[in-house]
Amino acid sequence: MQPGNLLLLTAVLILIAYGLGYARSRALAMPLGGIKHLKSLPGYYGTRAAIWCGVPALILLALWVTFEGRIIQYLVVSGLPAEVRPDSAGKASLMLTKIQNVANGSLPAGFVEEPIAKAAETLTRLQAQSSWLRTALVISVAVLFGVWGWFRIHPAANARRKVETTLRWFLFGCAAIAILTTVGIVFSVAVETVRFFDRVPITDFLFGAHWSPQTALREDQVGADGSFGVIPLFLGTMLISAIAMLVAVPVGLFSAIYLSEYASKRVRSTVKPLLEMLAGVPTVVYGFFAALTVAPFISDLAAAIGLEASSESALAAGLVMGVMIIPFVSSLSDDVINAVPQTLRDGSLAMGATQSETMSKVIFPAALPGIMGGILLAVSRAIGETMIVVMAAGLAANLTANPLDAVTTVTVQIVTLLTGDQEFDSAKTLAAFALGALLFLVTLMLNVVALKIVRKYREQYD
Amino acid sequence: MTDQPSQAEQVRRSLKRRYRKERRFRSYGIAAIAVALLALAILFIDIIGKGYSGFLKSTVTLEVTLDSDVMMLEDPTDKTARRMADFVAPLQQALMAELPPEAQDQPRAVRGLINNYASDALKKAVAANPEWMGSTRTMTFLASTDVDVYMKHQSDDRYSIKLSEQQQGWVDELAERGVIDLSFNDVLFTNGDSRNPSQAGVLGAIMGSLFTMLVTLALSFPIGVAAAIYLEEFAPQNKVTDFIEVNINNLAAVPSIIFGLLGLAVFINLFGLPRSVPVVGGLVLTLMTLPTIIISSRAAIKSVPPSVREAAEGIGASKMQVVMHHVLPLALPGMMTGSIIGMAQALGETAPLLLIGMVAFIVDVPGGFLDSATVLPVQVYLWSGSPELAFIERASAAIMVLLTFLIGMNALAVWLRRRLERRW
Repeated sequence: MQPGNLLLLTAVLILIAYGLGYARSRALAMPLGGIKHLKSLPGYYGTRAAIWCGVPALILLALWVTFEGRIIQYLVVSGLPAEVRPDSAGKASLMLTKIQNVANGSLPAGFVEEPIAKAAETLTRLQAQSSWLRTALVISVAVLFGVWGWFRIHPAANARRKVETTLRWFLFGCAAIAILTTVGIVFSVAVETVRFFDRVPITDFLFGAHWSPQTALREDQVGADGSFGVIPLFLGTMLISAIAMLVAVPVGLFSAIYLSEYASKRVRSTVKPLLEMLAGVPTVVYGFFAALTVAPFISDLAAAIGLEASSESALAAGLVMGVMIIPFVSSLSDDVINAVPQTLRDGSLAMGATQSETMSKVIFPAALPGIMGGILLAVSRAIGETMIVVMAAGLAANLTANPLDAVTTVTVQIVTLLTGDQEFDSAKTLAAFALGALLFLVTLMLNVVALKIVRKYREQYD
Repeated sequence: MTDQPSQAEQVRRSLKRRYRKERRFRSYGIAAIAVALLALAILFIDIIGKGYSGFLKSTVTLEVTLDSDVMMLEDPTDKTARRMADFVAPLQQALMAELPPEAQDQPRAVRGLINNYASDALKKAVAANPEWMGSTRTMTFLASTDVDVYMKHQSDDRYSIKLSEQQQGWVDELAERGVIDLSFNDVLFTNGDSRNPSQAGVLGAIMGSLFTMLVTLALSFPIGVAAAIYLEEFAPQNKVTDFIEVNINNLAAVPSIIFGLLGLAVFINLFGLPRSVPVVGGLVLTLMTLPTIIISSRAAIKSVPPSVREAAEGIGASKMQVVMHHVLPLALPGMMTGSIIGMAQALGETAPLLLIGMVAFIVDVPGGFLDSATVLPVQVYLWSGSPELAFIERASAAIMVLLTFLIGMNALAVWLRRRLERRW
């Protein structure tokens, strides 16, 4: 039976369990004189029976579906005679595809070698067996546990408490997914990064000034190892982020000041949503705008005043990224400025200071830590931004501070190294995970520091 | 006492300077807002200016004579015969009939005006209506990409016109007579991707986005709401709860591309799920949007007044009954608003999907959660990387489609908030 149909069947069994549990609790209550002699309402007894019936069966089904493919693959490959068994991961996946194609009939069995055809038969047989076994096991688990749950229904049992405990564990499980995600991120980048550092020393990676991640096509090729020095990528990222912050900080900050201190309510209620629209525009749209409008415009402009600009310049990517971050800076600064107590403002104005003097001499210093926190968050956002730089910044790992040159960034290289098909354990793909680890650590540090500053600052005035 | 007036005098004298400073400060603020709004305006104008032509297609309307000798097709119901038959010849003949006599000697130049796929369209039409053979019919076909570019952008020097002078003359004349015409580009909404710009459409990407979003919504909404309920209502004050909170706050700020790495390493390499499919895309986007949904759902739960809880507790409801029967229904509109905004973010997200292989060139419109697919923003990325300008206008058009969806979702969120949210 297909997993989808099996799921439906299990759902039906769960409903039946609910109905039977409900009915049994009422039947048991009858001789006692009605359901008011039950510890819980009949619905809770039904739910409890349904939980007994469904939960183990669904867990089993989920585990089965998750690991079935892997186990069958392993059995098929290990069933191959030793002389045709693939020796690398790439060959293994090619061979598996071939076997699968024979098994599903898109490649006639006569076209392939004897062992492959046999393996295809094994695959078909194993799949049929697995499907049969899965159906039998899931249904019997559902029925057995359901019957067990049904028998445990007893007028004195507090079914509501039990159901609520189960539900509470479910809620906790959902909240714990946040932990699982972090663990998953750390695990997935850490494992590959450690493997990468087996091949490329960590000092070469962190302090190397040259990035060219070509891996050899032939064993004896010149420069076969590629070089994985991360400094040019890091400087490129910094250059673009710096340009972005040069745009976003003044514009964002001054719009926040104007909107919170000067603007009338009407202006505020029209301008604020418009600014927030800038945050809602997908990054790929900014990338498109940077690559196809801003970059050519900048290179034309530079040519007109006698400078040489590459068609993919750091300036174009940085400017557009700055525009993207404006609403981020402005809404965070707005929050912080509004959190400064009104008494400070009134005191300053009462002393005869103008609004701008109040702002720059009283409110701004008071709000500064919070604003710094917001800016750090914005920097972390700029560093992690991908699409704009992928589309507009280019691939050349130049070690330069000239904003008119093409530079590349950490995120661009991750995307370039991992798009398209390649073997999973070449130094190239592993390098992408090492870059990912670096990116994760840097942004994590920035976020932790920034969140700490912002929170501390909020407490100060609360 | 004696320098009192002079101090007042000093202040009065400095007033002018201080007011000037005040005005300058104020104008900085106005300038900043103007810069931001200008950037927004330029962005939209640029995209509309580049993309409106993507919604137009050039067509050729011809009187095609379906002659079995010319087409070398005796039996139009026979599939093999159809495959061997010549469907280009009748189109070429019909077009030549519209053109001046010198066109007779330049079959290549004539063929260059009709789309490569026009003969396919004719083949399909004949297969569906075998009785048409031997008659003359008026039919509309796609013009070639070169004609399309010429029709739309002949005055724009960024586009290179690939038609020869003579072909340009022909097209001008045919356009004047209405044989070649611009009409609404329905191909854009009925086709998947294609190497031929005039055949390329966003339907495949829209369906891919739809399947991906369905997976994301089905997982992230219940999980996010459940997590928010736990953290707001049941979580004890302990280390585990603190750790969960720290994790959620940090995940909200992790760059999206990291989630792509997670998807690649865990879902594809560890669990063995296939590449390029909406299920994996949906799982990755679920993990990415969960923090947003959890945070907004918690805010919605917090806004339910304690009096509701106390009343329910007062008549003997258990904690779980209070939450499920009273708090949750009241908080639901707020949760839905937050989720729609989270979904809009996920719909526009590109970077993590590139890493899990949703960036492949896929012609077929996906029909399920396990078919290879791409999504709208990735389609924009793919087309905007193309050296052919005809794809750029389609990328712009796809951006407009994407933005329409996003604006629609945000408008829905605002409407829901106005309509359903209660102020206490």
